[in-house]
Formats: sequence, structure tokens, C-alpha cells
Amino acid sequence: MESGLLKKMLRDMLLARAFEERAAQEYAQGNIAGFLHLYPGEEAVGVGVLHAAEPADYVVSTYREHVHALVRGVPARMVMAELFGRKTGCSGGLGGSMHLFDRERRFMGGYAIVGETFPIAIGIGYAIAMRELPEAVICFFGDGAVNQGTFHESLNMAALWKLPVLFVCENNHYQIGTEIHRHSAVAEVYKRACGYRIPARRVNGMDVLAVHRATEEALAQIRAGNGPQFIECETYRFRGHSMADPGSYRPKVELQAYESTEDPVKIAIAETVTAYPTAEQIAAVGSDNIASLTGSLRSGGHFPPEHLDAMQAEIAAEVEAAVHFASESPEPTLADAQAALDCNRQGEVLV
Amino acid sequence: MAEQVFYWQALNRALDAEMAVDDSVVVLGEDVGLYGGSYRVTEGLHAKYGEWRLRDMPISEGSFTGLGVGAAMVGLRPVVEIMTINFALLALDAIINMAAKIPFMSGGQFSMPLVVRMPGGVAKQLAAQHSQRLEQTLMNVPGLRIAVPATPQDAYWQLRQAINSDEPIVLLEHELLYFSKGELDESRQAPPMHRAQVCRQGGDLTIVTYSRMCDLALQAATQLAETGIEAEVIDLRSLRPIDWDSCVVSLEKTHRLLIVEEDSGFSGAGAEIAAGLAERCFLIMDAPPRRVAGRELPIAYNAALEAASIPRVTDVVSAAQQLCNP
Repeated sequence: MESGLLKKMLRDMLLARAFEERAAQEYAQGNIAGFLHLYPGEEAVGVGVLHAAEPADYVVSTYREHVHALVRGVPARMVMAELFGRKTGCSGGLGGSMHLFDRERRFMGGYAIVGETFPIAIGIGYAIAMRELPEAVICFFGDGAVNQGTFHESLNMAALWKLPVLFVCENNHYQIGTEIHRHSAVAEVYKRACGYRIPARRVNGMDVLAVHRATEEALAQIRAGNGPQFIECETYRFRGHSMADPGSYRPKVELQAYESTEDPVKIAIAETVTAYPTAEQIAAVGSDNIASLTGSLRSGGHFPPEHLDAMQAEIAAEVEAAVHFASESPEPTLADAQAALDCNRQGEVLV
Repeated sequence: MAEQVFYWQALNRALDAEMAVDDSVVVLGEDVGLYGGSYRVTEGLHAKYGEWRLRDMPISEGSFTGLGVGAAMVGLRPVVEIMTINFALLALDAIINMAAKIPFMSGGQFSMPLVVRMPGGVAKQLAAQHSQRLEQTLMNVPGLRIAVPATPQDAYWQLRQAINSDEPIVLLEHELLYFSKGELDESRQAPPMHRAQVCRQGGDLTIVTYSRMCDLALQAATQLAETGIEAEVIDLRSLRPIDWDSCVVSLEKTHRLLIVEEDSGFSGAGAEIAAGLAERCFLIMDAPPRRVAGRELPIAYNAALEAASIPRVTDVVSAAQQLCNP
């Protein structure tokens, strides 16, 4: 792992965490309304997957997609402006939190009906395969989506015609409030893919390096013409399903355990920063991570703690600027909305 | 040069013409490939264009319609064939939540050159689950356009126009029309896709209708003429948008409106037509608008009950007479 990439991934994870925590504050203050689904806890998945993808690859996402858009390169100010419902947002203020789009960056949208990402992704994959292009489609979905009909229908078609689609399950163990053992007869999500002969594996979704490695391998398979691949990333969301959900159905001890020992941002910092930790710090991070921590201490690049502080200060300024940009931006007008609806009319005048 | 062709042949020629000039046009549906289409619409095209251009789909209406949406977002021009409109209920999420909304909710970033073709209507004793007309369900969706060709010529024109449009368009065909014959002149200039057409001139009342009911209305008009009533018959050709202007011009002449629709009347297409024209023509109407529509019943298997559940020529004739001679 080159240290440049590691630093970029760490930066995106820190940006993701800071952006989402700020979005929660802005929601509490009434600047963001509607449904707001936040990503803290799951950063290693979006960051690890998307850093392994090429700019020519397409990304199809869910309603918990702010971070996917950010990592894809959509400027934070345009994502924040969209959450604020402003004209300068990446969907012109017409889509909102759950419908971020950026055609230029091949960010093909956040979809708010669970299971919609599958057919969209295989449709894009169909066009790629038909034209024999070296591109791939990243299709994100949660553990709750695998019980929708579109999951099975679309995996079948993807395998049938060897479509270049990487299915990435962000398994945070809860479909809103229902724990996976209560919603899925087979809780090992990756096993579902074998019904369609799609190579599938499960990775630790709290470890950005593991996610990145698995994605690189899967995309190599896809680009070699071997058809769709499937990665299940086991992760955990630190917040409720949305801002309307306190998440009280989850045992406190479970949340605390994840936050204290599995926080992907803490792990990424530990793997990147080269300063030797104190015994207390090692104990606080948890025994599971000592091996990876010491491993990266031996082999990692140089990234002293003061660089981390500088990075975090830069990110804080970026998020602050995004909020400022959003709150200063104009609202879309009804004429803007009509223009968006009629954007494909080709000048035809209707009655 | 005009020739007599079946409705399915007109659709077939439209597909062939568009597929020949644009290799981004793909046809997706159950049995559209090797089999040639349940109503022969894709006959011969699989051999000519290959399987990537005409893909036989598994029975997964929701996902293959959604596949069309995704493909349209990256530049293909998919023509999705849903074997019958009854199965389209499984694809409504793709049609309504995806195709109709993505251009809008992306702030106008994406084109959606998607055509969804589906036959509907009451055919011959196919029973309740295969005898539906769901135009009202789709009419209420901003972002969709709905064409309802009643003749081979319109089927040819409107399918070609729909494929060339960057907007999502639903083509509602009718199961009983596929094997009806009519004139097709491929060289004729097409009117705009949404333009209504006056099929018969008359000064006593305006019959506004669409799809298979056009033929019924024309038969009724012939009978009415024998009793001294001259009906003007308008084929709407498009249910979203509706060409109000053409209807208003007619009503300014006739002052009486009769709407004929095969679908159940309650909250149906006819209700929208009546409301839209009442708003525009209330002061020039000599009588309230009147509708002849299907009964408020699922369609029965029994032949006599089936026939009694949808408008017949005599229903149109007597409604027109009551409207003109109250």
C-alpha cells in the first residue's frame, strides 16, 4: 500500500465523518429537513471501494450516499447545498439528501426506494458490455435490500450476460430497526450471490485497507471479462437509520463496542500515523487492532501526528466553507423545476 | 406509397427503421428475440441485429424495465416491451419512480430516451388479470408521456417518434389492434406525437376517444348519421399531454361532448378529458359532458359478461342520441 493512497483515503474518511456530523448539526438547526441518513461508522466501505475504482467507472448508490458522492469527487459545497435544497446543489436543490446526482463524475444517483440500485446498475452494465468498454459499475446497497425482488432479478441477469457490475453490500446489520437475523433467513449476505454463480466474499468493512484490496481484486476480475462480482462489507452505523430515528432498538453495549474498538476512522488513523502510541492508547484502541497497528508502524510511511492535525484543520475549514456556500446560495425557482422536468423536450412545444 | 398492413407490422417496420439507423436502439422484453414477439412485433429482427440489440428477458418485469432506465441514462435508446400491461404493475417502480423522475430529481442532468411498449385492453376472454387498461395510473405521473396509437399509420409514426425522443414515453397498444389492418405510408410526414386527429367531421356532437374505441366511435357515427346526427370523432392519440386545442376547436362547432373509453369510468381518462374540456368550454356547451365507459367491474371470463362490461356501438349511439335530443 503506497502511503500517498493511504493518506488520501484517511483524508476522505475524516472528511466523511466531519461532513456528516456537521450535517446532523445543520439538521438540528433546521437548515436541512426531510430524511437525512448519515454514514458515520461506515466510512471504510465507501472510501475503500471508491478509491479502488477508476474515474470511468459508474457509481449507483442508495439514500445514504453523501459520502459516496464526496469520495467520488463531488465538491463538499455542492453536496451540502443539495442538503440545504439550494440551486447550487449537485441536483439543483430538486433531489435532496437521498437523490444526489453528478453526471460528469458518473455518479448515477442516490435512490430512495430500497432495491432500485440493482436494475439501474445492470442497465448501465448492459450498455458497457454491449459496447465492449473497459468500464465497470459499482452498485451499493444495504443488507435490507437483499430481500427485494430486484436483487434476485438483477443478479440473475448480471450473471446471465456477464455484466461488469460490482455489487457492494454495506451490511450494517440493520434494515432500519430490524436486525439481520430477524430479516434474513441467511444472514451471511455474500452467500446469497452463489445462487447466481457470482463470486462473492465477505470483508471487514471497518478496515479500509481490506475493503480497498477486495475491491481491486474484484474489479480486476470484472475487467478481465469474468462478469459480476460481489463483496459484502460488514460494517456498523453509529447513528440511527435517519435523523428521525434514535436507534434505540440496538443494545447500547453493541454500539459502544463498535465505537470503541471498530471505529473505521480510528483504525485508519492508527494505520496511517507513525507516531508510537502509549500503552494506554493501545489498550484504548482494543486488542483486535494491535496487530494491524504494529504492522503498519513497521511498514508504513511517515505521517507524523502534526500532519494529521493539519489535515483535520483543513477539513474543518472545508466543511465550514461548504455550509457557508450552501446557506448563501439561492433557492431554485418553480421555473427551474419546470426546466428540469422538461430538460429532454428538445424544443418541442406541447399543447 | 400507401399499403395495407397489420398494426403489428407497422410497429415492426418502425423498429426496423430505427434500429437500422441507430445502433443504440435496443429492444428488451420477454420473447422479443428468437421467438419474434408475442404479437410478432419483433419478427425477423433478432436475426438481423443480434442478441445484444434484441434481448430475451427473464420474467423479471421490474428489473428489466429498470435495466432499460439505467441503459437510457448512459446513451442507449431502449425499447422495453412488457408482454401485457397487466405485468407492468410489477414495473411501475421503474416507470414511475425511476424513468419519470430521474431527469427531474437530478436537476435536469440526465436524458431518458426510454420507450415502454405494452398492449392492454380487453381482448377475447382473457379474464380479469389479463384484461386491464391502466392508462389512468400512468396519466397521473408528471414526467411521462403516453401515446395511444389506434391505427397502423399512427403505430408506425408514434413508435418512431418515441424512440427519437429523449423523454420517457409509454406506448399503450391494444391487444385487439395487432391484427387489424390499415393504411401505412412510410413516406408521409408525421404530425407531432401528441396531436389529436379528427377522424370524421360532423357538426352535432364531438366524440373524443382513443385506441380501439376509435373504431367503435366511427361505427357509431355511421349509424348516427342514418338518424340525422352528424358526429365529429376525435382520436386523441396521446393521453399525456392531451391536445386540448383540437378538442376545443371541435366543441366550438358542435357544443356537445361525448367521451368514449374502454376503461372503467371512475377516475379514469374520461374524467380528466371531461374536466379539462369543461374548464375550457363550459360556456359554449349546450349540455353537460357525457361519458361512455367500461363498467365498474373486473372483466369476467364469460363472453357475454365480458362484452357487456365494455362499451358497445349501441351504447355510444344511444348516449349520443340522448345528448343531442334530451
